[in-house]
Amino acid sequence: MSSRAASVLYEVPGPRTRARYRLFGALSLVAIAGLLWYVYDQLASNGQFDAAMWSPFEYTAVQQRILDGVRDTLTAFGLAAGFSLLLGTLLATGRLSDHKPLRWAAGSVIEFFRAMPLLIMIFALYQAVFSDQPLYALVLGLTLYNGAVQAEIIRSGIEAVPRGQREAAYALGLRKSQVMMTILVPQAVRSMLPAMIGQLVVTLKDTSLGFLITYTELLYIGKLIANTTSTPHGYPYIPVVLVIAPIYILLCLALTALARWIESRGRRGSNRRTPAAA
Amino acid sequence: MGILFEDHNFSLFWHAFVQTIELSAASALLAIVLGTLLAACRVSPVPVLRAFGTVWIGVFRNTPLTLLFFAVTFGLPRVDVHLPAFLCAAVALGCYTASFVCEVLRAGINTIPIGQAEAARSLGMTFSQTLTLIVLPQAGRAVLGPMSSVFIALPRNSAIAGAFNVAELLSLQQTLSERGYAIFAIFFWIALAYLCISAAVGLAFRTLERKLAVAA
Repeated sequence: MSSRAASVLYEVPGPRTRARYRLFGALSLVAIAGLLWYVYDQLASNGQFDAAMWSPFEYTAVQQRILDGVRDTLTAFGLAAGFSLLLGTLLATGRLSDHKPLRWAAGSVIEFFRAMPLLIMIFALYQAVFSDQPLYALVLGLTLYNGAVQAEIIRSGIEAVPRGQREAAYALGLRKSQVMMTILVPQAVRSMLPAMIGQLVVTLKDTSLGFLITYTELLYIGKLIANTTSTPHGYPYIPVVLVIAPIYILLCLALTALARWIESRGRRGSNRRTPAAA
Repeated sequence: MGILFEDHNFSLFWHAFVQTIELSAASALLAIVLGTLLAACRVSPVPVLRAFGTVWIGVFRNTPLTLLFFAVTFGLPRVDVHLPAFLCAAVALGCYTASFVCEVLRAGINTIPIGQAEAARSLGMTFSQTLTLIVLPQAGRAVLGPMSSVFIALPRNSAIAGAFNVAELLSLQQTLSERGYAIFAIFFWIALAYLCISAAVGLAFRTLERKLAVAA
């Protein structure tokens, strides 16, 4: 039998079907290659691969600028990530509180900031308060939005711990804070880590909104580089995109890989303590 | 508070509101079509198509939407493709959202136990019967929840288009603040408009969920 995982959509193929799949594979390979070639050809015939287009990237000053852009992106991300996790923890604590007014207040804060478009928030903060400190507007906006989302992730993680765990802990005479800290949170963290880091990837991507409020992050630097270089074929926007997009993608993939690594470590740890059922 | 009803602001506001809805609808359409195609690629038995889908998702899910807007708005004219700003925005937003639609659909198909298809086959159903009568209805129901988050996020993301020459709600603040209105008052109305759109989408999905719920 085929070793490939069975799918609900098609059966294990026989020899004729396998041949047909191979044919489809070859055809789609040709189609994709043709598409890529067409894109390459369009770019090349419009002079996007001319040396002049790419020459700015040879200067160390420009390379330094890109590195500075990455640094500023990561600064905004680091601040926003830290503060949003802090805010998320606070709001989640509020939502899980025994006091109704506190629950209600935290709930409405979360609902409000989750529903607001992030860019509106950042723009309003930038124009009304932080006109010459775009970093503050960006970080505060990201913190409020992502904090609200993280709060919901944390809350659902804690509520997903089986009820018996909580009941058993109370039956042993633990106080609420003890139940939380020693029983619920450690178990919840493991289940909510993937969602939390997924949201951090969103935070990282959203730092590029800083571009729109003149914060000197990676995309802003990219536009600056493109605008200060004039070539016979116009400004090198496409080379800039081709340089900057992979940086963003690699940063996000690194964060995702980190998530997967942490997750696998968590699993290994739990396996050590609880031997697999026979 | 009177901003909305002074100086013909209302028609300006209404125009921006409609533009936002049109942009969201156009991108949603593109996202659904493209996302479904990508999902079909990702669950297809042909390895080349699966790899294509994986690479596409990897690129578009990890690229900031602002960068996509930037690439489409400034990049396409460089290769002699001149689209109106509205279309540029719809393409960027649609391609971005399509990758999320694809992932949701794929997850939905993966939740169907393989026994469902095996049972259908043993009843003598053809492939298309299995797909349209057994697999897709169950998958569709399973994904309504996550799908609603994708389409509630879409109008919010469309705000970025306002910074790329589309006359939608966000770009309105430029005009209004030039007319000297208080910034927070302007943003109050803009935010309210976005909230209405999000709430309408959420409501539509909840109604759909209730309609399609399996009777217990």
